[in-house]
Amino acid sequence: MRKQFVNTIEDLMAQDESLVLLLGDIGVFGFRNAFELYSERTYNIGICEQAMTSVAAGLAKEKMIPVLHSIAPFAVERCFEQIKIDLCYQNLPANIVSVGSSYDYASLGCTHHCPGDVAILSALPGMEIVIPGTPAEFDQLFRAAYADNNPTYFRLSEQSNQQSYDVEFSRALVIQRGKLGTVVAIGPTLNSVLEAAHELDVTILYYTTISPFDGDTLRKNCPSEKVVVVEPFYEGTLAHEVMFAMKGRAIMLNSIGVPRQFLTSYGHAKDHDIACGLTSEHIKERLEHFLNV
Amino acid sequence: MKSIINELKRLIVKTAAAAGEGHIGSAFSVLDLLWVLYAQVLRIDPKNPKCDDRDRFVLSKGHSSLALYAVLAKSGFFPVAELERFTAFDSFLGGHPDHNKVPGVEASTGSLGHGLPMGTGMAMGMGIRNVDRRVIVLVGDGECNEGSIWESALLAAHHRLSNLTCIVDYNHSTDRALSLGDIAAKFASFGWATTTINGHDHKAIYDAMIRTDPTRPTAIIAETIKGFGCKEMENNPAWHHRAPTQDELPVILKELA
Repeated sequence: MRKQFVNTIEDLMAQDESLVLLLGDIGVFGFRNAFELYSERTYNIGICEQAMTSVAAGLAKEKMIPVLHSIAPFAVERCFEQIKIDLCYQNLPANIVSVGSSYDYASLGCTHHCPGDVAILSALPGMEIVIPGTPAEFDQLFRAAYADNNPTYFRLSEQSNQQSYDVEFSRALVIQRGKLGTVVAIGPTLNSVLEAAHELDVTILYYTTISPFDGDTLRKNCPSEKVVVVEPFYEGTLAHEVMFAMKGRAIMLNSIGVPRQFLTSYGHAKDHDIACGLTSEHIKERLEHFLNV
Repeated sequence: MKSIINELKRLIVKTAAAAGEGHIGSAFSVLDLLWVLYAQVLRIDPKNPKCDDRDRFVLSKGHSSLALYAVLAKSGFFPVAELERFTAFDSFLGGHPDHNKVPGVEASTGSLGHGLPMGTGMAMGMGIRNVDRRVIVLVGDGECNEGSIWESALLAAHHRLSNLTCIVDYNHSTDRALSLGDIAAKFASFGWATTTINGHDHKAIYDAMIRTDPTRPTAIIAETIKGFGCKEMENNPAWHHRAPTQDELPVILKELA
Protein backbone atom coordinates (compact mmCIF):
# COMPACT_ATOMS: atom_id res chain seq x y z
CA MET A 1 0.00 0.00 0.00
CA ARG A 2 2.94 2.30 0.66
CA LYS A 3 4.14 1.98 -2.94
CA GLN A 4 0.67 2.90 -4.15
CA PHE A 5 0.69 5.88 -1.78
CA VAL A 6 3.86 7.14 -3.47
CA ASN A 7 2.48 6.54 -6.97
CA THR A 8 -0.84 8.22 -6.24
CA ILE A 9 0.72 11.28 -4.62
CA GLU A 10 3.35 11.77 -7.32
CA ASP A 11 0.70 11.43 -10.02
CA LEU A 12 -1.56 13.96 -8.30
CA MET A 13 1.30 16.39 -7.67
CA ALA A 14 1.81 16.52 -11.42
CA GLN A 15 -1.83 17.48 -11.93
CA ASP A 16 -2.63 19.56 -8.87
CA GLU A 17 -0.26 22.39 -8.02
CA SER A 18 -1.96 22.95 -4.66
CA LEU A 19 -0.86 19.58 -3.29
CA VAL A 20 2.02 19.84 -0.78
CA LEU A 21 3.72 16.80 0.78
CA LEU A 22 5.05 16.96 4.36
CA LEU A 23 7.05 13.95 5.59
CA GLY A 24 7.85 13.37 9.24
CA ASP A 25 11.29 12.07 8.27
CA ILE A 26 9.88 8.81 6.92
CA GLY A 27 9.33 7.73 3.32
CA VAL A 28 11.99 10.15 2.11
CA PHE A 29 13.68 7.66 -0.21
CA GLY A 30 10.33 6.44 -1.51
CA PHE A 31 9.36 9.96 -2.48
CA ARG A 32 12.71 10.79 -4.12
CA ASN A 33 10.99 11.58 -7.42
CA ALA A 34 8.68 14.08 -5.73
CA PHE A 35 11.67 15.75 -4.08
CA GLU A 36 13.29 16.08 -7.50
CA LEU A 37 10.27 17.04 -9.59
CA TYR A 38 8.27 19.13 -7.11
CA SER A 39 10.94 20.38 -4.75
CA GLU A 40 8.99 23.54 -3.87
CA ARG A 41 6.05 21.40 -2.65
CA THR A 42 7.85 18.44 -1.06
CA TYR A 43 9.27 18.76 2.44
CA ASN A 44 11.00 16.45 4.85
CA ILE A 45 9.77 18.46 7.81
CA GLY A 46 11.76 16.50 10.38
CA ILE A 47 10.73 14.84 13.61
CA CYS A 48 8.34 17.47 14.89
CA GLU A 49 4.83 16.20 14.32
CA GLN A 50 3.10 18.90 16.36
CA ALA A 51 4.59 21.70 14.28
CA MET A 52 4.11 19.65 11.11
CA THR A 53 0.37 19.46 11.74
CA SER A 54 0.08 23.17 12.48
CA VAL A 55 2.24 23.98 9.45
CA ALA A 56 -0.22 21.95 7.38
CA ALA A 57 -3.02 24.12 8.74
CA GLY A 58 -1.10 27.23 7.76
CA LEU A 59 -0.53 25.87 4.27
CA ALA A 60 -4.22 25.05 3.97
CA LYS A 61 -5.04 28.64 4.95
CA GLU A 62 -2.94 29.66 1.95
CA LYS A 63 -5.05 27.58 -0.46
CA MET A 64 -2.72 24.58 -0.51
CA ILE A 65 -3.80 20.97 0.12
CA PRO A 66 -1.25 19.41 2.47
CA VAL A 67 -0.59 15.69 2.83
CA LEU A 68 1.13 14.78 6.11
CA HIS A 69 2.84 11.43 6.47
CA SER A 70 4.26 9.63 9.48
CA ILE A 71 3.86 6.48 11.56
CA ALA A 72 0.40 6.29 13.11
CA PRO A 73 1.24 7.00 16.78
CA PHE A 74 3.24 10.07 15.82
CA ALA A 75 0.89 11.30 13.08
CA VAL A 76 -2.17 11.00 15.31
CA GLU A 77 -1.58 10.58 19.03
CA ARG A 78 1.46 12.82 19.42
CA CYS A 79 -0.27 15.79 17.81
CA PHE A 80 -3.91 15.10 18.62
CA GLU A 81 -4.64 18.64 19.80
CA GLN A 82 -3.16 20.15 16.64
CA ILE A 83 -5.45 17.87 14.60
CA LYS A 84 -8.40 18.83 16.79
CA ILE A 85 -7.96 22.60 16.77
CA ASP A 86 -5.84 23.54 13.78
CA LEU A 87 -7.37 21.13 11.27
CA CYS A 88 -10.84 20.13 12.51
CA TYR A 89 -12.01 23.20 14.45
CA GLN A 90 -10.82 25.50 11.68
CA ASN A 91 -12.25 23.03 9.13
CA LEU A 92 -9.24 22.99 6.84
CA PRO A 93 -8.51 20.61 3.98
CA ALA A 94 -5.55 18.51 5.10
CA ASN A 95 -4.81 14.84 4.66
CA ILE A 96 -3.00 12.67 7.17
CA VAL A 97 -1.66 9.41 5.77
CA SER A 98 -0.29 6.99 8.35
CA VAL A 99 1.58 3.71 8.14
CA GLY A 100 2.08 1.23 10.94
CA SER A 101 -1.56 0.55 11.71
CA SER A 102 -2.37 -1.09 15.07
CA TYR A 103 0.50 -3.57 15.53
CA ASP A 104 1.99 -3.62 12.01
CA TYR A 105 5.31 -2.70 13.65
CA ALA A 106 4.95 -5.49 16.19
CA SER A 107 8.64 -6.02 16.73
CA LEU A 108 9.20 -2.37 17.64
CA GLY A 109 6.97 -2.61 20.68
CA CYS A 110 4.13 -0.59 22.16
CA THR A 111 5.65 2.83 21.42
CA HIS A 112 5.06 2.08 17.74
CA HIS A 113 1.64 0.43 18.09
CA CYS A 114 -1.48 2.45 17.40
CA PRO A 115 -4.75 0.54 17.75
CA GLY A 116 -6.38 3.61 19.30
CA ASP A 117 -6.09 6.06 16.40
CA VAL A 118 -9.56 5.56 14.94
CA ALA A 119 -11.23 5.76 18.35
CA ILE A 120 -9.73 9.15 19.17
CA LEU A 121 -10.07 10.60 15.69
CA SER A 122 -13.73 9.53 15.65
CA ALA A 123 -14.24 11.91 18.56
CA LEU A 124 -13.34 14.90 16.38
CA PRO A 125 -16.26 16.57 14.58
CA GLY A 126 -15.59 16.85 10.85
CA MET A 127 -12.75 14.35 10.73
CA GLU A 128 -13.04 11.93 7.83
CA ILE A 129 -11.52 8.48 8.34
CA VAL A 130 -10.65 6.18 5.45
CA ILE A 131 -9.33 2.63 5.79
CA PRO A 132 -8.59 1.12 2.39
CA GLY A 133 -8.31 -2.66 2.08
CA THR A 134 -5.98 -2.74 -0.93
CA PRO A 135 -3.59 -0.43 -2.78
CA ALA A 136 -6.08 0.07 -5.62
CA GLU A 137 -8.75 1.05 -3.12
CA PHE A 138 -6.39 3.58 -1.54
CA ASP A 139 -5.85 5.17 -4.94
CA GLN A 140 -9.59 5.34 -5.60
CA LEU A 141 -10.48 6.70 -2.16
CA PHE A 142 -7.63 9.20 -1.94
CA ARG A 143 -8.51 10.75 -5.30
CA ALA A 144 -12.13 10.98 -4.19
CA ALA A 145 -11.53 12.61 -0.82
CA TYR A 146 -8.21 14.47 -0.70
CA ALA A 147 -9.55 17.76 -2.05
CA ASP A 148 -13.00 17.71 -0.45
CA ASN A 149 -12.27 20.64 1.90
CA ASN A 150 -12.31 18.54 5.08
CA PRO A 151 -9.52 17.01 7.15
CA THR A 152 -9.15 13.35 6.19
CA TYR A 153 -7.22 10.49 7.78
CA PHE A 154 -6.04 7.63 5.57
CA ARG A 155 -4.96 4.58 7.57
CA LEU A 156 -2.56 2.44 5.55
CA SER A 157 -1.97 -1.13 6.68
CA GLU A 158 0.73 -3.66 5.91
CA GLN A 159 -2.15 -6.12 5.47
CA SER A 160 -3.99 -6.12 2.18
CA ASN A 161 -7.05 -7.99 0.93
CA GLN A 162 -6.64 -10.31 -2.07
CA GLN A 163 -9.38 -8.66 -4.07
CA SER A 164 -10.06 -4.98 -4.68
CA TYR A 165 -13.60 -3.68 -4.92
CA ASP A 166 -15.04 -0.67 -6.69
CA VAL A 167 -15.21 1.31 -3.47
CA GLU A 168 -16.74 4.74 -3.03
CA PHE A 169 -15.86 7.32 -0.38
CA SER A 170 -18.40 7.32 2.47
CA ARG A 171 -20.32 4.33 1.08
CA ALA A 172 -20.30 0.71 2.24
CA LEU A 173 -20.60 -2.30 -0.06
CA VAL A 174 -22.83 -5.34 0.36
CA ILE A 175 -20.53 -8.30 -0.33
CA GLN A 176 -23.02 -11.10 0.33
CA ARG A 177 -26.50 -11.45 1.75
CA GLY A 178 -27.64 -14.00 4.35
CA LYS A 179 -30.19 -14.47 7.12
CA LEU A 180 -28.43 -15.24 10.41
CA GLY A 181 -26.82 -11.87 11.02
CA THR A 182 -24.64 -9.10 9.65
CA VAL A 183 -20.86 -9.09 9.65
CA VAL A 184 -19.25 -5.69 9.14
CA ALA A 185 -15.70 -5.96 7.76
CA ILE A 186 -13.45 -2.90 8.01
CA GLY A 187 -10.71 -2.35 5.41
CA PRO A 188 -8.04 -5.04 5.52
CA THR A 189 -10.13 -7.40 7.68
CA LEU A 190 -12.30 -8.34 4.69
CA ASN A 191 -10.02 -11.17 3.61
CA SER A 192 -10.22 -12.88 6.99
CA VAL A 193 -13.95 -12.23 7.21
CA LEU A 194 -14.58 -13.82 3.80
CA GLU A 195 -12.50 -16.86 4.74
CA ALA A 196 -14.34 -17.14 8.04
CA ALA A 197 -17.86 -16.47 6.85
CA HIS A 198 -18.27 -17.43 3.22
CA GLU A 199 -20.00 -20.68 4.17
CA LEU A 200 -22.17 -18.99 6.79
CA ASP A 201 -25.64 -17.71 5.96
CA VAL A 202 -24.77 -14.13 6.90
CA THR A 203 -24.76 -10.70 5.29
CA ILE A 204 -21.28 -9.27 4.85
CA LEU A 205 -20.83 -5.51 4.56
CA TYR A 206 -17.52 -3.90 3.61
CA TYR A 207 -16.59 -0.47 4.98
CA THR A 208 -13.57 1.50 3.76
CA THR A 209 -14.85 4.80 5.15
CA ILE A 210 -15.48 4.95 8.90
CA SER A 211 -16.33 8.62 9.13
CA PRO A 212 -18.74 9.66 7.79
CA PHE A 213 -20.29 6.29 8.62
CA ASP A 214 -22.72 4.84 6.10
CA GLY A 215 -25.49 4.01 8.54
CA ASP A 216 -28.12 3.55 5.83
CA THR A 217 -26.41 0.52 4.33
CA LEU A 218 -26.09 -1.11 7.74
CA ARG A 219 -29.66 -0.35 8.78
CA LYS A 220 -31.06 -1.74 5.52
CA ASN A 221 -28.98 -4.91 5.67
CA CYS A 222 -29.65 -6.39 9.09
CA PRO A 223 -31.68 -9.58 8.50
CA SER A 224 -31.56 -10.43 12.21
CA GLU A 225 -30.81 -8.62 15.45
CA LYS A 226 -27.21 -9.90 15.41
CA VAL A 227 -24.44 -7.58 14.22
CA VAL A 228 -20.73 -8.35 14.40
CA VAL A 229 -18.11 -5.70 13.63
CA VAL A 230 -14.64 -6.98 12.74
CA GLU A 231 -12.34 -4.08 13.55
CA PRO A 232 -8.61 -3.79 12.75
CA PHE A 233 -8.26 -1.44 15.74
CA TYR A 234 -9.50 -1.40 19.36
CA GLU A 235 -12.57 -3.60 19.80
CA GLY A 236 -15.80 -1.68 20.22
CA THR A 237 -14.50 1.44 18.47
CA LEU A 238 -17.49 1.56 16.13
CA ALA A 239 -20.14 0.67 18.72
CA HIS A 240 -21.60 4.15 18.80
CA GLU A 241 -21.68 4.44 15.01
CA VAL A 242 -23.63 1.16 14.88
CA MET A 243 -25.95 2.31 17.67
CA PHE A 244 -26.80 5.57 15.90
CA ALA A 245 -27.19 3.79 12.56
CA MET A 246 -29.84 1.45 13.98
CA LYS A 247 -31.94 4.41 15.17
CA GLY A 248 -33.26 2.73 18.29
CA ARG A 249 -33.73 -0.75 16.88
CA ALA A 250 -32.65 -3.37 19.41
CA ILE A 251 -29.64 -5.39 18.29
CA MET A 252 -27.10 -7.79 19.75
CA LEU A 253 -23.71 -6.26 18.96
CA ASN A 254 -20.45 -8.13 19.07
CA SER A 255 -17.00 -6.78 18.27
CA ILE A 256 -14.01 -8.72 17.09
CA GLY A 257 -11.06 -6.36 17.32
CA VAL A 258 -7.81 -5.58 19.08
CA PRO A 259 -8.12 -6.05 22.87
CA ARG A 260 -7.87 -2.82 24.87
CA GLN A 261 -4.56 -3.56 26.50
CA PHE A 262 -0.90 -2.87 25.79
CA LEU A 263 0.39 -5.69 23.59
CA THR A 264 3.75 -6.13 25.22
CA SER A 265 4.97 -9.05 23.09
CA TYR A 266 7.04 -8.52 19.93
CA GLY A 267 7.31 -10.87 16.93
CA HIS A 268 5.30 -10.19 13.78
CA ALA A 269 1.80 -8.86 13.13
CA LYS A 270 0.58 -12.38 12.40
CA ASP A 271 1.72 -13.46 15.89
CA HIS A 272 -0.48 -10.75 17.37
CA ASP A 273 -3.35 -11.77 15.08
CA ILE A 274 -3.16 -15.19 16.73
CA ALA A 275 -2.80 -13.79 20.25
CA CYS A 276 -5.69 -11.34 19.71
CA GLY A 277 -8.00 -13.89 18.09
CA LEU A 278 -8.02 -12.13 14.75
CA THR A 279 -7.06 -14.94 12.34
CA SER A 280 -9.76 -16.21 9.98
CA GLU A 281 -9.99 -19.41 12.04
CA HIS A 282 -10.55 -17.45 15.24
CA ILE A 283 -13.05 -15.15 13.58
CA LYS A 284 -14.96 -18.18 12.25
CA GLU A 285 -15.13 -19.71 15.72
CA ARG A 286 -16.28 -16.46 17.29
CA LEU A 287 -18.89 -15.89 14.58
CA GLU A 288 -20.28 -19.43 14.92
CA HIS A 289 -20.48 -19.06 18.68
CA PHE A 290 -22.24 -15.68 18.49
CA LEU A 291 -24.62 -16.84 15.78
CA ASN A 292 -25.31 -20.20 17.48
CA VAL A 293 -24.34 -22.07 14.31
CA MET B 1 -0.88 58.31 20.51
CA LYS B 2 -1.39 57.93 24.25
CA SER B 3 -4.97 59.18 23.94
CA ILE B 4 -5.97 56.45 21.48
CA ILE B 5 -4.27 53.78 23.61
CA ASN B 6 -6.12 54.96 26.71
CA GLU B 7 -9.37 55.08 24.74
CA LEU B 8 -8.82 51.45 23.72
CA LYS B 9 -7.93 50.49 27.29
CA ARG B 10 -11.13 52.05 28.59
CA LEU B 11 -13.05 50.12 25.94
CA ILE B 12 -11.32 46.90 27.02
CA VAL B 13 -12.03 47.49 30.70
CA LYS B 14 -15.69 48.35 30.08
CA THR B 15 -16.05 45.30 27.82
CA ALA B 16 -14.63 43.01 30.49
CA ALA B 17 -16.76 44.61 33.19
CA ALA B 18 -19.93 44.12 31.15
CA ALA B 19 -19.07 40.49 30.37
CA GLY B 20 -17.87 39.77 33.88
CA GLU B 21 -14.61 38.32 32.58
CA GLY B 22 -11.60 38.94 30.40
CA HIS B 23 -7.82 38.81 30.33
CA ILE B 24 -7.26 42.54 30.80
CA GLY B 25 -3.66 42.30 31.99
CA SER B 26 -2.61 40.35 28.88
CA ALA B 27 -4.55 42.75 26.66
CA PHE B 28 -2.74 45.77 28.12
CA SER B 29 0.57 43.95 27.72
CA VAL B 30 0.16 43.68 23.93
CA LEU B 31 -2.05 46.65 23.11
CA ASP B 32 0.71 49.04 22.03
CA LEU B 33 2.18 46.33 19.78
CA LEU B 34 -1.18 45.62 18.15
CA TRP B 35 -2.09 49.25 17.65
CA VAL B 36 1.20 50.12 15.92
CA LEU B 37 0.84 46.97 13.79
CA TYR B 38 -2.66 47.73 12.58
CA ALA B 39 -2.30 51.52 12.36
CA GLN B 40 1.09 51.72 10.69
CA VAL B 41 2.59 48.41 9.59
CA LEU B 42 0.18 45.80 8.26
CA ARG B 43 -1.01 46.09 4.68
CA ILE B 44 -4.67 45.24 5.14
CA ASP B 45 -8.11 46.27 3.97
CA PRO B 46 -10.76 46.07 6.70
CA LYS B 47 -13.45 46.09 4.03
CA ASN B 48 -11.86 43.12 2.29
CA PRO B 49 -10.25 41.13 5.11
CA LYS B 50 -9.56 38.03 2.96
CA CYS B 51 -7.90 39.91 0.11
CA ASP B 52 -4.96 37.75 -1.05
CA ASP B 53 -2.64 40.75 -1.21
CA ARG B 54 -2.65 41.37 2.53
CA ASP B 55 -0.25 40.92 5.43
CA ARG B 56 -1.29 38.17 7.86
CA PHE B 57 -1.30 38.65 11.62
CA VAL B 58 -1.78 35.73 14.01
CA LEU B 59 -2.43 36.36 17.69
CA SER B 60 -0.96 33.13 18.99
CA LYS B 61 -1.61 34.07 22.63
CA GLY B 62 -5.35 34.08 22.01
CA HIS B 63 -6.25 35.08 25.55
CA SER B 64 -5.22 38.64 24.65
CA SER B 65 -8.33 38.69 22.46
CA LEU B 66 -9.76 41.83 24.08
CA ALA B 67 -6.86 43.87 22.73
CA LEU B 68 -7.22 42.33 19.27
CA TYR B 69 -10.99 42.91 19.20
CA ALA B 70 -10.60 46.52 20.30
CA VAL B 71 -7.96 47.20 17.65
CA LEU B 72 -9.84 45.36 14.88
CA ALA B 73 -13.03 47.27 15.71
CA LYS B 74 -11.23 50.60 15.85
CA SER B 75 -9.58 49.73 12.50
CA GLY B 76 -12.97 49.16 10.88
CA PHE B 77 -13.21 45.36 10.65
CA PHE B 78 -16.51 45.36 12.58
CA PRO B 79 -18.52 47.88 14.66
CA VAL B 80 -17.12 48.82 18.06
CA ALA B 81 -20.58 48.14 19.49
CA GLU B 82 -20.02 44.40 18.94
CA LEU B 83 -17.70 44.44 21.97
CA GLU B 84 -20.74 45.03 24.15
CA ARG B 85 -21.66 41.40 23.38
CA PHE B 86 -18.22 39.96 24.22
CA THR B 87 -18.62 36.28 25.27
CA ALA B 88 -22.43 36.38 24.98
CA PHE B 89 -23.86 33.03 23.88
CA ASP B 90 -24.43 34.10 20.28
CA SER B 91 -21.66 36.69 20.00
CA PHE B 92 -18.90 36.19 17.43
CA LEU B 93 -16.42 37.60 19.95
CA GLY B 94 -15.44 34.80 22.30
CA GLY B 95 -12.82 34.62 25.02
CA HIS B 96 -10.43 33.40 22.34
CA PRO B 97 -10.56 34.52 18.69
CA ASP B 98 -12.24 32.32 16.09
CA HIS B 99 -10.98 32.47 12.51
CA ASN B 100 -14.33 31.33 11.14
CA LYS B 101 -16.31 34.01 12.99
CA VAL B 102 -14.33 37.22 13.42
CA PRO B 103 -13.48 39.39 10.40
CA GLY B 104 -9.73 39.96 10.31
CA VAL B 105 -8.79 37.03 12.54
CA GLU B 106 -6.39 34.77 10.63
CA ALA B 107 -6.29 31.78 12.99
CA SER B 108 -8.35 30.29 15.81
CA THR B 109 -6.10 30.32 18.84
CA GLY B 110 -6.39 29.79 22.58
CA SER B 111 -4.41 26.67 23.26
CA LEU B 112 -0.86 27.95 23.36
CA GLY B 113 1.85 26.97 20.92
CA HIS B 114 -0.29 26.73 17.79
CA GLY B 115 0.00 30.18 16.22
CA LEU B 116 3.71 30.26 15.38
CA PRO B 117 3.71 26.88 13.57
CA MET B 118 0.54 27.87 11.73
CA GLY B 119 2.18 31.16 10.76
CA THR B 120 5.19 29.15 9.60
CA GLY B 121 2.93 27.14 7.31
CA MET B 122 1.27 30.33 6.04
CA ALA B 123 4.67 31.83 5.26
CA MET B 124 5.67 28.64 3.42
CA GLY B 125 2.40 28.65 1.47
CA MET B 126 2.83 32.28 0.49
CA GLY B 127 6.33 31.45 -0.71
CA ILE B 128 5.02 28.60 -2.86
CA ARG B 129 2.31 30.85 -4.31
CA ASN B 130 4.63 33.84 -4.76
CA VAL B 131 2.47 36.05 -2.57
CA ASP B 132 4.79 38.88 -1.62
CA ARG B 133 3.34 39.71 1.80
CA ARG B 134 4.38 39.14 5.42
CA VAL B 135 3.19 36.92 8.25
CA ILE B 136 3.52 38.39 11.74
CA VAL B 137 2.83 36.21 14.77
CA LEU B 138 2.56 37.43 18.35
CA VAL B 139 3.41 34.86 21.04
CA GLY B 140 3.60 35.14 24.80
CA ASP B 141 6.69 34.42 26.86
CA GLY B 142 4.81 31.77 28.84
CA GLU B 143 3.76 30.30 25.52
CA CYS B 144 7.45 29.85 24.74
CA ASN B 145 7.40 27.03 27.30
CA GLU B 146 5.66 24.99 24.60
CA GLY B 147 7.89 22.73 22.51
CA SER B 148 5.94 23.48 19.35
CA ILE B 149 7.22 27.08 19.47
CA TRP B 150 10.78 25.85 19.20
CA GLU B 151 9.88 23.21 16.61
CA SER B 152 8.57 25.99 14.41
CA ALA B 153 11.53 28.24 15.27
CA LEU B 154 13.78 25.52 13.87
CA LEU B 155 11.59 25.03 10.81
CA ALA B 156 11.27 28.71 9.97
CA ALA B 157 15.02 29.25 10.16
CA HIS B 158 15.81 26.07 8.22
CA HIS B 159 13.48 27.13 5.40
CA ARG B 160 14.74 30.74 5.52
CA LEU B 161 11.28 32.20 5.91
CA SER B 162 12.22 35.85 5.59
CA ASN B 163 8.52 36.72 5.26
CA LEU B 164 7.87 35.58 8.86
CA THR B 165 8.19 37.78 11.96
CA CYS B 166 7.58 36.54 15.49
CA ILE B 167 6.94 39.09 18.24
CA VAL B 168 7.45 37.81 21.78
CA ASP B 169 5.38 39.60 24.42
CA TYR B 170 8.01 39.31 27.16
CA ASN B 171 6.14 40.42 30.28
CA HIS B 172 7.86 37.83 32.51
CA SER B 173 4.53 36.67 33.93
CA THR B 174 5.53 33.02 33.88
CA ASP B 175 9.07 33.45 35.18
CA ARG B 176 7.66 32.10 38.44
CA ALA B 177 7.11 28.74 36.73
CA LEU B 178 9.83 28.42 34.13
CA SER B 179 12.29 31.20 33.46
CA LEU B 180 13.04 31.75 29.80
CA GLY B 181 16.20 33.77 30.28
CA ASP B 182 17.56 35.48 27.18
CA ILE B 183 14.85 34.78 24.58
CA ALA B 184 16.63 36.87 21.93
CA ALA B 185 19.74 34.72 22.31
CA LYS B 186 17.62 31.59 22.04
CA PHE B 187 15.97 32.72 18.78
CA ALA B 188 19.35 33.87 17.47
CA SER B 189 20.83 30.48 18.20
CA PHE B 190 18.02 28.93 16.16
CA GLY B 191 19.07 31.12 13.21
CA TRP B 192 16.67 34.07 13.48
CA ALA B 193 17.46 37.76 13.16
CA THR B 194 16.56 39.29 16.50
CA THR B 195 15.97 42.65 18.08
CA THR B 196 14.85 43.64 21.58
CA ILE B 197 12.64 46.66 22.16
CA ASN B 198 10.48 48.39 24.74
CA GLY B 199 7.09 46.96 23.82
CA HIS B 200 5.28 50.09 24.92
CA ASP B 201 7.43 52.55 22.91
CA HIS B 202 5.56 53.14 19.66
CA LYS B 203 8.51 54.46 17.69
CA ALA B 204 10.67 51.52 18.76
CA ILE B 205 7.87 49.11 17.86
CA TYR B 206 7.43 50.67 14.42
CA ASP B 207 11.15 50.77 13.68
CA ALA B 208 11.51 47.10 14.62
CA MET B 209 8.46 45.95 12.70
CA ILE B 210 9.34 47.54 9.38
CA ARG B 211 12.73 45.82 9.38
CA THR B 212 13.06 42.34 7.92
CA ASP B 213 16.08 40.24 7.04
CA PRO B 214 16.20 38.99 3.44
CA THR B 215 17.63 35.60 4.39
CA ARG B 216 15.92 34.56 7.63
CA PRO B 217 12.92 35.07 9.88
CA THR B 218 12.89 37.89 12.41
CA ALA B 219 12.10 37.74 16.13
CA ILE B 220 11.20 40.93 17.99
CA ILE B 221 11.50 40.54 21.74
CA ALA B 222 9.15 43.14 23.17
CA GLU B 223 9.81 43.91 26.84
CA THR B 224 6.38 44.61 28.25
CA ILE B 225 4.49 44.99 31.50
CA LYS B 226 1.40 42.89 32.08
CA GLY B 227 -1.48 45.24 32.89
CA PHE B 228 0.56 48.25 31.65
CA GLY B 229 -1.02 51.60 32.43
CA CYS B 230 -3.09 50.54 35.40
CA LYS B 231 -1.04 50.45 38.61
CA GLU B 232 -3.36 48.02 40.39
CA MET B 233 -3.08 45.54 37.54
CA GLU B 234 0.60 45.88 36.63
CA ASN B 235 2.39 42.56 37.21
CA ASN B 236 -0.43 41.49 39.51
CA PRO B 237 -1.32 37.82 38.88
CA ALA B 238 -4.73 38.39 40.49
CA TRP B 239 -5.67 40.32 37.34
CA HIS B 240 -4.77 37.52 34.90
CA HIS B 241 -8.41 36.65 34.29
CA ARG B 242 -10.96 38.77 36.10
CA ALA B 243 -13.25 41.73 35.56
CA PRO B 244 -13.41 44.92 37.60
CA THR B 245 -16.21 45.19 40.13
CA GLN B 246 -18.66 48.07 39.99
CA ASP B 247 -16.63 49.78 42.70
CA GLU B 248 -13.30 49.27 40.90
CA LEU B 249 -14.52 50.29 37.45
CA PRO B 250 -14.73 54.09 37.91
CA VAL B 251 -11.35 54.15 39.64
CA ILE B 252 -9.71 52.29 36.76
CA LEU B 253 -11.45 54.39 34.11
CA LYS B 254 -10.30 57.56 35.87
CA GLU B 255 -6.71 56.32 35.84
CA LEU B 256 -7.04 55.66 32.10
CA ALA B 257 -8.69 59.00 31.34
